[in-house]
Amino acid sequence: MRFLISLHINPAVLDALTDEEKAAIGDGHGTFMEEIKASGELITTLALADPSQAAVVSVRGAAPVVTDGPYAEAKEFLGGFYLVDCEDRERALALAAKIPDAAIEGLGVEVRQVMFADGNLDA
Amino acid sequence: MTEPAIEDLLREFAPQVLGALVRRHGRFEDCEDAVQEAVLAATVQWPGEGVPESPRAWLTTVASRRLVDQVRSEQARRVREVAVSAEPPPEVPDTDDTLLLLFLCCHPALTPASQTALTLRAVGGLTTAEIARAFLVPEATTAARISRAKQRIRQAGSSFPPPDGPDRLGVVLHVLYLIFNEGYTASSGDRLIRADLAREAIRLTRLVHARLPDDSEVTGLLALMLLTDARRDTRTTSSGDLVPLDEQDRTRWHRPQIDEGMTLAKASLAGSALGPYQLQAAIAATHADAPTAAGTDWRQIHALYLILERIAPNPMVTLNRAIALAEIDGPAAGLTLLATLDADDRMAGHHRLLSVRAHLLERSGDLAAAHDCYRRAAKATASLAEQRHLESRARRLHR
Repeated sequence: MRFLISLHINPAVLDALTDEEKAAIGDGHGTFMEEIKASGELITTLALADPSQAAVVSVRGAAPVVTDGPYAEAKEFLGGFYLVDCEDRERALALAAKIPDAAIEGLGVEVRQVMFADGNLDA
Repeated sequence: MTEPAIEDLLREFAPQVLGALVRRHGRFEDCEDAVQEAVLAATVQWPGEGVPESPRAWLTTVASRRLVDQVRSEQARRVREVAVSAEPPPEVPDTDDTLLLLFLCCHPALTPASQTALTLRAVGGLTTAEIARAFLVPEATTAARISRAKQRIRQAGSSFPPPDGPDRLGVVLHVLYLIFNEGYTASSGDRLIRADLAREAIRLTRLVHARLPDDSEVTGLLALMLLTDARRDTRTTSSGDLVPLDEQDRTRWHRPQIDEGMTLAKASLAGSALGPYQLQAAIAATHADAPTAAGTDWRQIHALYLILERIAPNPMVTLNRAIALAEIDGPAAGLTLLATLDADDRMAGHHRLLSVRAHLLERSGDLAAAHDCYRRAAKATASLAEQRHLESRARRLHR
């Protein structure tokens, strides 16, 4: 079963972390990636650039309109995701719990099953 | 010789050659690599140069040579190099170790996903790419899974397990059941490859059955697969929409497969102890036996689910018994039994529970509640085909 584990980040929480704490999160992700690569459960992972760099595209009267992002004015933004293929939902939740962000108040880790996918994942 | 015929030959012989090599040298990981290379060489050479007179001997020789090459290239294993290269390549194997190989691939140290991938590659002769496509994961993920599985087997000792281990047979049957379900369950993706998976599961289960004809669970599992697979063509419309059992065109069920499945199901019930696969086969046989949906012997199905519930309790079994109970005593009785599942964490919010409840509510005349339940079930499923089906049920109630 495939699941998308998305990482939701509150910039205020992130800014309040010390350098050591930030480094620990980075290391934690490294360890996590090693582990799920070795177990054959990682399909792909992406980290996204800061939402201040995002652009929102809409087409109005056949003309594209590009405005500054982020699209949703929320406290948290989507920081990146892991796409995994694992045994069942329970295992996906267990994997999500290993991500360092899950241990930090204000950083969210969300798990949702994949329903449809297309494209070349090996590219 | 045509290419599909070559493919069939390779699928049959590759596990036999691998079995012979592992029996001789141990070292499953290296042997598996060597056989993969020999199979690759055969797929390149045979279509052009013709199939050798003894394809199995050809494969054995090439694989042995590759194994020697591998060992030679590993300096640290010089000692073993002498041992291996001094031996003549094994003769054409006189024993078929395919079953032992199957037991090795279903090593309990592996996760079911790894057992499945390794079984399909080493015993089923599928390439990594084919397995990846069948399970809709990237090839790199599948390759990582297989290589990790081989390492684990090496660590655990890659000699053949004792063939009499009842636990291991249970794992083997479970893996075959998983492969079959992956091929049978309608979901998005390449349907052709998935039909191949169901066929491969049946082929491998036949193989186990040929070696262990007296094991009633093996017989039961084979019967279950044949009886289920016989309905395949009628389970979806040409556009891929689900057709429920009571609306399927029974004249299009695959009759020879049903006949064989019925015979096997009867044979398995004649055995001593009752196991879950036998009971599921008996249930499938009861459905197959009914001339029409209305003519189904629901009392028998209900009785079989009662026994199944007792020997292998599982909320899904209770859910299925509720369907049978509703057919005998009416939808209210079914709904009362379903209510006992609400407290179960595994079932709360499960789309199957919601959709069965919706169906029984519809039959009991509570259309508003049924509509709501169909909609919730549609949201809860991860299968697009099932979602379309449940949404169309919900829409139908509004008309």
